[in-house]
Amino acid sequence: MTARVPGAAGSPQTLDMMVNMGPQHPATHGVFRMELAIDGERVVGLIPHIGYLHRGSEKLCEHEIYSQIITLFDRLDYVSNFNNELGLVLAVEKLMEIQVPERASYVRMILCELNRIASHLLFVGTFALDAGAMTPSLYTFRDREMIQALFEATSGARMMHNFFRVGGIKEDVADDFVVRVDRLLGELERGIDEVDGMLSFGEVLLARTKGVGVISGPDAIDWGMSGPCLRASNVPYDVRVDEPYCLYDRVEFGVPVGTQGDSWDRYYTRVVEMRESVKIVRQCLAQLQPGPIMAQLRRIARPPKGEVYAHAENPRGDFGVYIVSDGGERPYRLKVRPPSYCNLMPLRDLVVGSYIADAVVILGSLDIVLGEVDR
Amino acid sequence: MTGNGDRHAPPARDQAEAVASSRLTARGQALSKLLPGALSKFRPTVGAEIDEVTCLVGREWVVDVAVLLKSDAALAFDYFRLLTVVDYVETAREFEVVYHLYSLERRHKMALKTRVPESDPWVTSVSGVWRGANWYEREMHDLFGVVFRGHPDLDRLILPDDFEGFPGRKAYPLYEYGEY
Repeated sequence: MTARVPGAAGSPQTLDMMVNMGPQHPATHGVFRMELAIDGERVVGLIPHIGYLHRGSEKLCEHEIYSQIITLFDRLDYVSNFNNELGLVLAVEKLMEIQVPERASYVRMILCELNRIASHLLFVGTFALDAGAMTPSLYTFRDREMIQALFEATSGARMMHNFFRVGGIKEDVADDFVVRVDRLLGELERGIDEVDGMLSFGEVLLARTKGVGVISGPDAIDWGMSGPCLRASNVPYDVRVDEPYCLYDRVEFGVPVGTQGDSWDRYYTRVVEMRESVKIVRQCLAQLQPGPIMAQLRRIARPPKGEVYAHAENPRGDFGVYIVSDGGERPYRLKVRPPSYCNLMPLRDLVVGSYIADAVVILGSLDIVLGEVDR
Repeated sequence: MTGNGDRHAPPARDQAEAVASSRLTARGQALSKLLPGALSKFRPTVGAEIDEVTCLVGREWVVDVAVLLKSDAALAFDYFRLLTVVDYVETAREFEVVYHLYSLERRHKMALKTRVPESDPWVTSVSGVWRGANWYEREMHDLFGVVFRGHPDLDRLILPDDFEGFPGRKAYPLYEYGEY
């Protein structure tokens, strides 16, 4: 990493300096490490290192029955647990051709969209921290905590819910669920507007993020990016629209896209997406009817022999689950497509050439969660 | 994970029957008719798994097939979703490498497959075709020991550099290991 690069004309030749960022660094959002080669303030080389949180989840799944795997999926992307659980149960249900009761599907959608808002709120707060603004994180954590409180009342846990089941959900929601979610949505809208007005078009944030870490649409597609990171580059790809799952074909919502594909677009796409999620939840609440919450199944899921790939739109992007079943009660092979793994891949291209302080902003704008990058 | 032998064997059913009995969408049906002609010089075996078109080719052709799949205007597979290695060593002495592909332009999807023997597990790399395959190939080399020929940098990705063995394989023990 200490290659000699020619200095600017007339200036003395300099050696690159190697800076080690992470794995214990507040701006790497987890145990991610990058070796940066810097020439003055400019980044001239980057080597990413992942795997510090590798727990062999996929191999562990081969040794657990499907209902036990749900708990492992909670721990992949640990800030959008409901969305992970959904990816797994969708795959098993597709393999077994299970028809999920409507009420269960609506509850799943409500919880997943609220989880998307919670995840994006966390992103907005930490992204502002990365850019040097302390205050927004206090506001977004306050709002996120309201969602977590609802999750706790519903599933019994703030984060590791273990609530979705193959064929439905664990138990019906409380009687005051609809009223409570409705009130929560009003508070969230106010909170989103507040932090949006405070942060989004502020001169300092614009200066730090506009034109920083630009990736074009075709490049983003080639790298396999997805979610807000892909849509910020003006590619309107959303699994909820492309291959609707649950009952997403019964609700109306917009897919926000950016224009430049820079860090600010990646930030603002998420802000707009939160408002769309609020719209989805409102429609789900209106359509939610009493009814069964579990399909009639035997206690232990035993899918037929075969292979299935199912995917869902996570807060971070296209979350896929590939299951090879041998007809037993445990998967023969299970592989996850983690969206932030794919979003992290082009990091070198995004960062090299920018200032070292921008590396923090660019990494923050990708919104990675190492739990699912390393699995 | 004990079971009788052929439960773990790679699927080898009648492919035409598989297509007929699958739940392919209209786009999937069209694709499964298009693929045998478009890839005829690679002698593919086209089948279906639930709603996914599958296509098995020889490992030496993978990169050529990939180039064709991406560049052909009617196929236009521009999005690399997932790369998986499935361990069938116990029964067939081979690994199956599965590429999940998607076309954002044509909105159709497929699973490209190839099989590599355990004794000499290599396959040509597609990271030059889709850059998104880069880390997946490193990861699969890391965990399964499958070599992706032509990959620019096949270093360990998620395991430590001095790690020994391939823990993704079925033969690697789950519990009997020491502290690293």
